[in-house]
Amino acid sequence: MARALEKYIRPGVKATPFCPGCGHGILMGLILRAIDDLKMDMKKMLFVSGIGCAAWIPSPHYNGDTLHTLHGRALAFATGAKLYNPDLCVMVVSGDGDLSSIGGNHLIHAARRNIDLKVICANNMIYGMTGGQVASTTPRGSKTSTTGEGNPYRPFDLCKLVEGAGATYVARFSVTQPVSLIDSIKKAILHTGFSFIEVLSPCPTQFGRRNRLDRPDEMMKDLIRRCILEQEAEGLTEEERAEKIITGEFLS
Amino acid sequence: MPFRWVKSPFPKGTYYFSGNEAAAEGAIAAGCRFYAGYPITPSSELMERMAVRLKEVGGVFIQMEDEIASISAVIGASWAGAKAMTATSGPGFSLMQESIGYAAFTETPGVIVDVQRAGPCTGQATKVGSGDIMQAKWGSHGDYQVIALSPWSSQEMYDLTLRAFNLSEQYRVPAMVMADEAIGHLRETIRVAPKVEVWDRKKKRGTASFDIKEEDGVPPMAAFGEGERLSVTGSTHDAYGFRKTDDPEVHARLVGRINKKILNHKRSIIETEDYLLEDAEIAVIAYGFTARTSLYAVKRLRKEGKNIGMLRLKTLWPFPDERVAEVGKKVNRIMVPEMNLGQVAGEIKKCVPCDVISLTQTNGEVIEPEFLIETLKKI
Repeated sequence: MARALEKYIRPGVKATPFCPGCGHGILMGLILRAIDDLKMDMKKMLFVSGIGCAAWIPSPHYNGDTLHTLHGRALAFATGAKLYNPDLCVMVVSGDGDLSSIGGNHLIHAARRNIDLKVICANNMIYGMTGGQVASTTPRGSKTSTTGEGNPYRPFDLCKLVEGAGATYVARFSVTQPVSLIDSIKKAILHTGFSFIEVLSPCPTQFGRRNRLDRPDEMMKDLIRRCILEQEAEGLTEEERAEKIITGEFLS
Repeated sequence: MPFRWVKSPFPKGTYYFSGNEAAAEGAIAAGCRFYAGYPITPSSELMERMAVRLKEVGGVFIQMEDEIASISAVIGASWAGAKAMTATSGPGFSLMQESIGYAAFTETPGVIVDVQRAGPCTGQATKVGSGDIMQAKWGSHGDYQVIALSPWSSQEMYDLTLRAFNLSEQYRVPAMVMADEAIGHLRETIRVAPKVEVWDRKKKRGTASFDIKEEDGVPPMAAFGEGERLSVTGSTHDAYGFRKTDDPEVHARLVGRINKKILNHKRSIIETEDYLLEDAEIAVIAYGFTARTSLYAVKRLRKEGKNIGMLRLKTLWPFPDERVAEVGKKVNRIMVPEMNLGQVAGEIKKCVPCDVISLTQTNGEVIEPEFLIETLKKI
């Protein structure tokens, strides 16, 4: 199976750049599986990313056109390319900090315009590349290199944010739910309009080690335990629900 | 050759246009088919005209959420194959600087018209200034080159916007039209020629987009979707666009080339105009709207018997240092009137041995001829 995806990797790329235990490598493979299932023509695919760990998922690894842009601006660059050449299938793969913090304004406006962009937001809930600082997606109470006593603020619910702004396909899955996630990426590719998938991806190096989840398998198990479907959450008390992450398709 | 003559999309003839409207027509004539912008005084009329005109010629217009998004969309569209532009004024120009550095480093063509207002900061939105000249060159971090032109009439808003596109395409570099409020809002007649000379970026299938082997230092540029599987990054990259962020040699070579490819072609890029300089003892060096005032003053003083002439800078970046130095050798004194605190005067001082007098005005008004004449009489 792994060799079957090799044709989607740019010649000359030798290894993934991610830390041991990072979920981004899994996501990198799952996107390619979705592309492979749909028999997409990589020559017509443009992958746009910003700055940060997740921005390296497509750039330069994917063997289509890749545009590695400035921090936060991936969606604005992608908007220009898609509008001028509507034949391109434009996928934006970037991180939570890039898309929702420094690029937050572009995110809500791209969603509002409902431009046909496939946005995959790899959410590791922290700034990984710069050393583990608090993000707009860090859960309240989590320790980071800039919130030693725990994050005092609540995080964005990215799916609700983009749905409110006008996105027309919205889903959240974890890299620990690969089958559902591949299916969701395929739906996003086939959907016409602004599609957004929040993908939870563990960062043991920067997030886990400060929050008693410093072994990669512990972070994976934690995600498996916490990610539940909306209907599974129905019978839970508010307290039980608070520590869960609701996954699934919210708008399709 | 990558340049060709095309029929002007706007019928030949004489028109009564504001500078901002003329710039929009110059862009359309150059082949601009993508505009992304954000409203800002005193440049907005340019965007409004592009919204109408791009629809007529089958281009794409989009009003973005801010100036950062605007210039970023321009770069994205440029890599998708468009001749693309935006227009703004000081505060928006400031916001665009990081992306301008990206365009310079990734060698992305694109045009920015900066209709300068009185700054700094929000300043006086409807008043004139030319305080963005240094920012045009040095606004983004790191060492890079841009091309910046300085129009002095509605006619030149048309001509130089067209030329900015041609230079931008030829050298794969962001090009700027450094207009000001007075030129942007000035209404006068312009002549549209039946044919215009237009440059298109070089393309060569299967060639690296950041290669250095081209004779002129400008690599061919493919577009997204052409099957070239481009890799474009604002990080240091090799000929094929691969990130090379820890290789000192690759970084030095890339930074060196993006600077040299412009500086080595200075002579084809730079345009200046001489007025009554042959026997002049005093030279006024001016650009933009102030060059109009200066020419009037110089002609008046000539009639009064003063040996005075004018050098007009149509290109500001790369700086016309050789021509300025030649003038500096011939005259005793140089006067540089500017609507800033001496930004270009400082550059001139670097090139000439003679006295350079900087005449500055930063009150949101154009420099009046009488004031300039009285000042020139004293030197």
